[in-house]
Amino acid sequence: MSQAEDIESVDEDGVIESVSGPVVTATDLDARMNDVVYVGDEGLMGEVIEIEGNLTTIQVYEETSGVGPGEPVENTGEPLSVDLGPGMLNAIYDGVQRPLDELEEKMGSAFLDRGVDAPGIDFEREWEFTASVAEGEIVEPGDVIGKVPETASITHKVMVPPNYEGGEITSIETGEFTVDEVIAELDSGEEITMHQEWPVRRARPSDEKETPTEPLVSGQRILDGLFPIAKGGTAAIPGPFGSGKTVTQHQLAKWADADIVVYVGCGERGNEMTEVIEDFPELEDPKTGKPLMSRTCLIANTSNMPVAARESCIYTGITIAEYFRDMGYDVALMADSTSRWAEAMREISSRLEEMPGEEGYPAYLAARLSEFYERAGKFQLINGEEGSISVIGAVSPPGGDFSEPVTQNTLRIVKTFWALDADLAERRHFPSINWNESYSLYRQQLDPWFRENVAEDWPERRQWGVDVLDEEGELQEIVQLVGKDALPEDQQLTLEVARYLREAWLQQNAFHDVDTYCEPEKTYRMLGAIKTFNDEAFDALEAGVPVEEIQDVDAAPQLNRMGVADDWNEFIDELESDLKEQIRALY
Amino acid sequence: MKEYQTITEISGPLVFAEVDEPVGYDEMVEIETPQGETLRGQVLESSEGLVSIQVFEGTGGIDRNASVRFLGETMKMPVTEDLLGRVLDGSGNPIDGGPEIVPDDRVDIVGEAINPYSREYPEEFIQTGVSAIDGMNTLVRGQKLPIFSGSGLPHNELALQIARQASVPEEEGDDEEGSEFAVIFGAMGITQEEANEFMQDFERTGALERSVVFMNLADDPAVERQVTPRLVLTTAEYLAFEKGYHVLVILTDITNYCEALREIGAAREEVPGRRGYPGYMYTDLAQLYERAGRIEGNEGSVTQIPILTMPGDDDTHPIPDLTGYITEGQIVMDRDLNSQGIEPPVNVLPSLSRLMDDGIGEGLTREDHGDVSDQMYAAYAEGEDLRDLVNIVGREALSERDNKFLDFADRFETEFIQQGYDTNRSIEETLDLGWDLLSMLPKEALNRIDEELIEKYYREDEAETAEVEA
Repeated sequence: MSQAEDIESVDEDGVIESVSGPVVTATDLDARMNDVVYVGDEGLMGEVIEIEGNLTTIQVYEETSGVGPGEPVENTGEPLSVDLGPGMLNAIYDGVQRPLDELEEKMGSAFLDRGVDAPGIDFEREWEFTASVAEGEIVEPGDVIGKVPETASITHKVMVPPNYEGGEITSIETGEFTVDEVIAELDSGEEITMHQEWPVRRARPSDEKETPTEPLVSGQRILDGLFPIAKGGTAAIPGPFGSGKTVTQHQLAKWADADIVVYVGCGERGNEMTEVIEDFPELEDPKTGKPLMSRTCLIANTSNMPVAARESCIYTGITIAEYFRDMGYDVALMADSTSRWAEAMREISSRLEEMPGEEGYPAYLAARLSEFYERAGKFQLINGEEGSISVIGAVSPPGGDFSEPVTQNTLRIVKTFWALDADLAERRHFPSINWNESYSLYRQQLDPWFRENVAEDWPERRQWGVDVLDEEGELQEIVQLVGKDALPEDQQLTLEVARYLREAWLQQNAFHDVDTYCEPEKTYRMLGAIKTFNDEAFDALEAGVPVEEIQDVDAAPQLNRMGVADDWNEFIDELESDLKEQIRALY
Repeated sequence: MKEYQTITEISGPLVFAEVDEPVGYDEMVEIETPQGETLRGQVLESSEGLVSIQVFEGTGGIDRNASVRFLGETMKMPVTEDLLGRVLDGSGNPIDGGPEIVPDDRVDIVGEAINPYSREYPEEFIQTGVSAIDGMNTLVRGQKLPIFSGSGLPHNELALQIARQASVPEEEGDDEEGSEFAVIFGAMGITQEEANEFMQDFERTGALERSVVFMNLADDPAVERQVTPRLVLTTAEYLAFEKGYHVLVILTDITNYCEALREIGAAREEVPGRRGYPGYMYTDLAQLYERAGRIEGNEGSVTQIPILTMPGDDDTHPIPDLTGYITEGQIVMDRDLNSQGIEPPVNVLPSLSRLMDDGIGEGLTREDHGDVSDQMYAAYAEGEDLRDLVNIVGREALSERDNKFLDFADRFETEFIQQGYDTNRSIEETLDLGWDLLSMLPKEALNRIDEELIEKYYREDEAETAEVEA
């Protein structure tokens, strides 16, 4: 049920029987599974999660200190839903879609109090609606009937709700409306407003899923270059603490070329969310030049906020993402971290005294994870358009051990795996994505796009890089035993080239103004410059030049400066010709 | 207030009693034993007719005739500015023989989450005077930065050094009179001897005046340990957000706190998670650590330095692991460095400060700070790698470049990290020292540093000395 609606449909009220942390049981409550209820004298929001005879179990989305047996429970008769409509971008919500800025105002304090409700979208504000269909036209569910300029970069499309019948438009008006004013009427008697409601645990309908063929360009060299994700794809970023999950997620939220970004901070640090709230409004979309915040919706349920709301925040996020997908947008959803979500399930499951599965997680963990990731994809929409949702989930495996249940169950579903490596992080190699362990199953299907839009030989050049890095991995094992100088010269040279690949190409400084975003063309050209060095160096070696001399040419260390170079095209042109000249001068 | 003599079961720290009136979850309870002793506890679970109560002082002396009183409210901490300079026990009662505390307010100790929207992002550099922290893992106001240590390592010395030296450079001048800096020390299950160490240092340096000390010692009841940090943080929040203090909270030892959590979980017959610790330990720890921070439009701040000893020096153990996922980095103490006599024995490689990037640089510390620290990390990591190799092939087999990195790693430990517990280095001294060491390496090897900065700070003379030595 949404907070917006008046609670008229109050069924029979129940009475609290017992309280244990976020789990409350009530008797005499006439409720269905997943109904939203208000618990206790303070009216704390909760959801029905188990019904056994006369006893109903409720998970409560707020602190339950001081709540006792005998207090009333009110049923709203509706499942947990989100309010959908203009006003969601630029917003920051908690796990049950309460806007945090409004909560601050209502509570008059910087601390989150209990029992305060606020609707997910502003019901007072008037939006400028322009009809795009005329009276007499036939519309079906999902059809766009008009537009609202929601933010600087995004036009909000008003659609016939998917659960309507549709029919002929008998009246439609252009003008300024609040979200629950009727803007169109159908001959079926249905009235359309800009406000829709949708239960979070049910996927919004679509026609069918298609194979994604376009990459979600992230501006991160190791991702675009080696392990790309498709628009409509799924990716997991597992890694121990301190390995850079959150920075990678932030980078994606900032630079990925999606139309809409939904960022779910699930059980993570408060300060990190604050960083996002403070940073994003100041950042510009590299393509449109508009503030990034105007395409972003934030959901923040930090680790000390109630655990049940942590369980629901993932669903709130994906439902909002689906709504924008239905408008035909490419949406990217970042969930940081899905492990906290799984732990919230575990915590509630153990309070329910359910039989635990692996490591105490509930037996339905795998099912819930796959259900969630399956809501991603490239879709043929019910109105015939196309839209996509890409999901990127961070995973926080205990002790950095990837064999634990959340990582393993996630890996069975997602097609891109970015393995973060504590070892790389320790030596400040960022992003600390391990190139040997990571993979992307989208490479093949995305190659045509890269060939067409970046360079014809993109896959070949990438393969060259991968081969050199592979070879380095093997050589390093020998070096560990005998030292670098004991290797033959050509292998020493390979190590040198690989070092540049790692330091100049794979490493990328998220905090440097220029380096933070790297367009695919630049990724391609930087790799090309290293390959030029490689080719020239091997020619020289063959001509009898000692490897030390080749390594010491003045231009070589300049490869490390490519990432931060402002006018990179010029810089790389010059560097390549310097490299050629200086190396050729050796023989 | 109704009194019951209806105890049905006593098990470990838990007491179960029948009631005929509803009792709130988390509510405070007093139990009077037949000997006339009054024990305090908290409602863990409340259902129609039956409540389970966790007794802070332990259940010794309680029998089925003991009387149970429900106080009708959750646990509160009496707070006032006068707490500064006082020593309290783990339940918040004064034990220093001083006057009774007259509270300004009584605050719920559970604490509410700070609205992420209302937070202010921490970016004010705190100078601790310790190079390993200031230079490599900078602490900022409002951060939570734990010390990951092991049994027998000098984490207490480091914590004391930080408490003593912590300052914000620009404000050094007016620190004298406006004692707006406060330290709150929460001891959980530490030994009397350790406690004395802390107290003596506080008294010696006069720090006690601006401190509040909470002592739950090793022989105090384990259940009380669950309450102590919440009292500490409630006091900290009051001083910071009501009275405008910059509060530094030191909590030691989180490991003891988690052991207490496990003990209670086991007594309640809960389904255990990893290594027997309860499944909600992440949430529970987050409720402590997340109480650090700054609030927009508010003067004060709460900065936390929790100390934990890693069982078996294993950072994948659930306690350090869950902590690391919540806190904004960690300072890791190293046994090898300690046995080499390095003071403080901080291993910078696994250490991290997540908030560092925003707290350093031009106008905050110095323009070269970020690059210098990155470069020293990379160079030290490379030197460390080479050490393994040297063990096998010997130094002679390595190239000149490699030898320089080896020397760098050695000097980094003995000159940069090593400083003793009484040396207070300014951030300039720390960074200059960094340049002294980096200048041993050839300029081309400094690939993390901006070229202009190399021109400005690179020490040619150091480079030449290194050259001659080689």
